[in-house]
Amino acid sequence: MDFITDNFETIVFYSFAALVLFAAVRVITARNPVHAVLFLVMAFISSSGIWLLLEAEFLAITLVLVYVGAVMVLFLFVVMMLDINLVRLREGFWRWLPFGAALAGLMAFEMIWVLGSKETAGELAGIRHMPDYSNTKELGRLIYTDYVYPFEIAAVILLVAMVAAIALTLRRRKDAKSQAVSEQVSVRKADRLRIISMQSEKHIAGHATESKE
Amino acid sequence: MMEFLQPLLDAGQQLLGPAWLPVWTLVKIMLIIAPVMGGVAYLTLAERKVIGFMQIRIGPNRVGYFGLLQPIADGVKLLFKEIIIPAGSSKFLFVLAPIMALAPSLAAWAVVPFNDGVVLADLNAGLLYILAMTSLGVYGVIIAGWASNSKYAFLGAVRSAAQIVSYEIAMGFALVCVLMVSQSMNLGDIVLGQQGGLGILNWYLFPLFPMFLVYLISGVAETNRAPFDMAEGESEIVAGFHVEYSGMAFALFFLAEYANMILIAFLTSVMFLGGWLSPVPFLPDSFIWLLAKVSFILLLFLWFRATFPRYRYDQLMRLGWKVFIPLTIIWVVVIAIWMQTALWVW
Repeated sequence: MDFITDNFETIVFYSFAALVLFAAVRVITARNPVHAVLFLVMAFISSSGIWLLLEAEFLAITLVLVYVGAVMVLFLFVVMMLDINLVRLREGFWRWLPFGAALAGLMAFEMIWVLGSKETAGELAGIRHMPDYSNTKELGRLIYTDYVYPFEIAAVILLVAMVAAIALTLRRRKDAKSQAVSEQVSVRKADRLRIISMQSEKHIAGHATESKE
Repeated sequence: MMEFLQPLLDAGQQLLGPAWLPVWTLVKIMLIIAPVMGGVAYLTLAERKVIGFMQIRIGPNRVGYFGLLQPIADGVKLLFKEIIIPAGSSKFLFVLAPIMALAPSLAAWAVVPFNDGVVLADLNAGLLYILAMTSLGVYGVIIAGWASNSKYAFLGAVRSAAQIVSYEIAMGFALVCVLMVSQSMNLGDIVLGQQGGLGILNWYLFPLFPMFLVYLISGVAETNRAPFDMAEGESEIVAGFHVEYSGMAFALFFLAEYANMILIAFLTSVMFLGGWLSPVPFLPDSFIWLLAKVSFILLLFLWFRATFPRYRYDQLMRLGWKVFIPLTIIWVVVIAIWMQTALWVW
């Protein structure tokens, strides 16, 4: 019991880390692409757990909100619609494995290099904050003071990407029919309907004789 | 206000030691979940009674007095029904989907404040947490639609995904306004920010009235309720994403929808209608006010269903993208400027 309470954070960290690793491996080994996307969702949620452990609650919740709540939903949307041929997807696996392994090794080396040495990573000991410390306020203050230019530039780059994506996919068809909603809404009764007054009983020659028979 | 519980807390602490915290938290979770589930059950009865009233019918009146036992009879019926798993479906995901639908809508209750300080988790980022949890609910619908191996279910899932992602943006911007005005993401602090000598006039309902409407209507869309129930659309795609579900698995989707409705009603009351605060200065603040506000908003949900015909899909998208999102962005700017002037009194 004491072991658990003393090392609670470490235990939580390793369980989340194990979950992230498991999910990440399953993303590339799952046979079904939809399952792979769902494992990616699991990896995101587990890593947000690790961020919560670092008292970065804003980033952790935003990760879930943006990536899991929006990006992955659209991903899933696309993957479900695709006509996926599993055999063709698999055939390049062994050919590209050395290249992928080299890339992964390089990335792992970079991370160890940056995070492992004291000069680049600084003191890695966790900083404890008071309970009233607001991660969100602190981040907002930094973004809009010290890092305002990088932040704005990143925003503009994202905007350009968005405009480009829309421009690439936007095709105007000449024969497409669309509705003019403002016209529909502004229609009044008098435009469509004409009420005429007429006699309720009107004797028409043909009808009259037929009904008598 | 929880002083009378102190002896109980001390006794529990002594008895269980470090295991007491999880046990006590579990008790608190049960104290929230059980009334929510009861509320869900009786909301279904209220819905049938209210719609019956609006259509000049009686509604359920056979089981118990005034039909009061009807939800229990329905629950028992669903429990005893067989759960059929369709051939060619993805079995694990098929079973997981109803759980994925219900779990986030219950998890979101962790940060909902019921009275001053009466909240399960007093998160500083409560508002964000709520947004994150409500956005997770869509997975239940998508997975259900895909795992069922049925075209109707899949169409429902695709509709629902597009709808929820679009309305979430408007909802998020409406919450940004609340956040700016209250300068806090803690739901308890948001309610306390609406305190003042003028009662109802201090609520955020007035400066944020357009956002109140946007939030409420987006809430209806997020919960897949009529007139935005495109995901079900029984006249077009049978019953949408849950067409293949039966018995308790179907009931979980049902529970999730109603739990989400109650959640949205609570959040609207907390953020725009002053939560537990009294509308008039001479009456004391109390949980009863919160319940009254929530009941009123739930009545609106039922009223909408009885009144409006279902939206067409393009109209739904137009409302979300071309009306709500521009409106919310403009209102964010208006509030930001308004708050810098002397005219800002909230």
